[in-house]
Amino acid sequence: MSGWLKDKGHLARMAGLFAFGITAFLVFRWLMVPAGFGLYGHYRAGALDDAGARPLHYAGRAACEGCHTDIVEARQGSRHARIGCEACHGPLIKHAQAPTEVKPTRPDGRVLCVRCHETNPWKPKGFPQVKVADHSDSGPCTACHKPHAPKIS
Amino acid sequence: MNPDRRAFLQKTGKLLVLSASASVAWEAIVAGRPETAENYKMSDHWWGMVIDIDVCIGCGSCVRACKEENDVPREPLFFRTWVERYQVTPDDLEHPTVDSPNGGYDGFPVKDKVDEKVKHFYVPKLCNHCHQSPCVQVCPVGATFVSPDGVVLVDKTYCLGCRYCVQACPYGCRFIDPRTETVDKCTLCYHRITKGLTTACCETCPTGARQLGDLKNPKDPIHEFLREHHVLVLKPQMATGAKVYYNGLDGSVR
Repeated sequence: MSGWLKDKGHLARMAGLFAFGITAFLVFRWLMVPAGFGLYGHYRAGALDDAGARPLHYAGRAACEGCHTDIVEARQGSRHARIGCEACHGPLIKHAQAPTEVKPTRPDGRVLCVRCHETNPWKPKGFPQVKVADHSDSGPCTACHKPHAPKIS
Repeated sequence: MNPDRRAFLQKTGKLLVLSASASVAWEAIVAGRPETAENYKMSDHWWGMVIDIDVCIGCGSCVRACKEENDVPREPLFFRTWVERYQVTPDDLEHPTVDSPNGGYDGFPVKDKVDEKVKHFYVPKLCNHCHQSPCVQVCPVGATFVSPDGVVLVDKTYCLGCRYCVQACPYGCRFIDPRTETVDKCTLCYHRITKGLTTACCETCPTGARQLGDLKNPKDPIHEFLREHHVLVLKPQMATGAKVYYNGLDGSVR
């Protein structure tokens, strides 16, 4: 009996040390592991919300077509019908949110049209291409081609 | 039966039943709260992209739109998507001539001397959103991951900038943002696709060479495209589970 008692203090000390160690571990873990970590995998679940919360710049075609029905009509059946509006007009979410306050600027055809339609052997064979220097003088492309329906009839 | 044996069996039986129910309860706790987003359920989507090389004209609209939409540093060398220009002698697929002046941001100026005997084509590139991604495997802190809807994302608040993932990506799709010293990469416009919009690059591609696709949505046209074209991912031998499918990919493309 006396031997058992003698050992007891030694055991209690060890148990105390273990309890302290485990508590310290749990406290540190709670402090250091961010909220939501491990919810979906080995990462912080809130990172998904962070990635989804960035501001938009491009409004998307549906937003443009809601108002500009005349352009939708003009593009019907044209070879440019499938091109997204903001491919040429640039990012316009601000215009979509405040149509009267923010006005888009007219794109420069000499840069824009040429970028796609200048002859270049890297482009697919069927794609309409012209040697711009031979095709026209320095006038705007839009003098002959309507950008929303480019075919000259 | 020996009473000790009976007691032992009873005890063990109870323990088994209890530990089984405890493990079920523990799994329910670990699974966490259900998703809270209103109109978007992550488990309903699995994002990928198709790129049709046969119709890419190298206009660089995707590169400009990506930098605009995602606030990518404007200097060269920082791209979430870029366009490569290939020149291949048909009998020497091993040694293509590849360049990408400013990633294609300014389009591609016409070269003076063009050899008509070689193949010419553009290859747009971006993160392949691999679901067995090497970049995710090497991250020491869990700052990069494959989201439940199949997009490889970076937790910018958690990234150390150790550059392991930059080296691990077989496609060279990652870079260190000099402003934050953390890694940056294509998020497949996660802020757009979770709101029902398409990515900035697909929105602005004039020829439809890039198309975002939801592989879990049976009505998505990506399925028809994959069925009717002979597509290939980049570096299939790496077994990364890449989800950017190329149509008309030449054997010389690395």
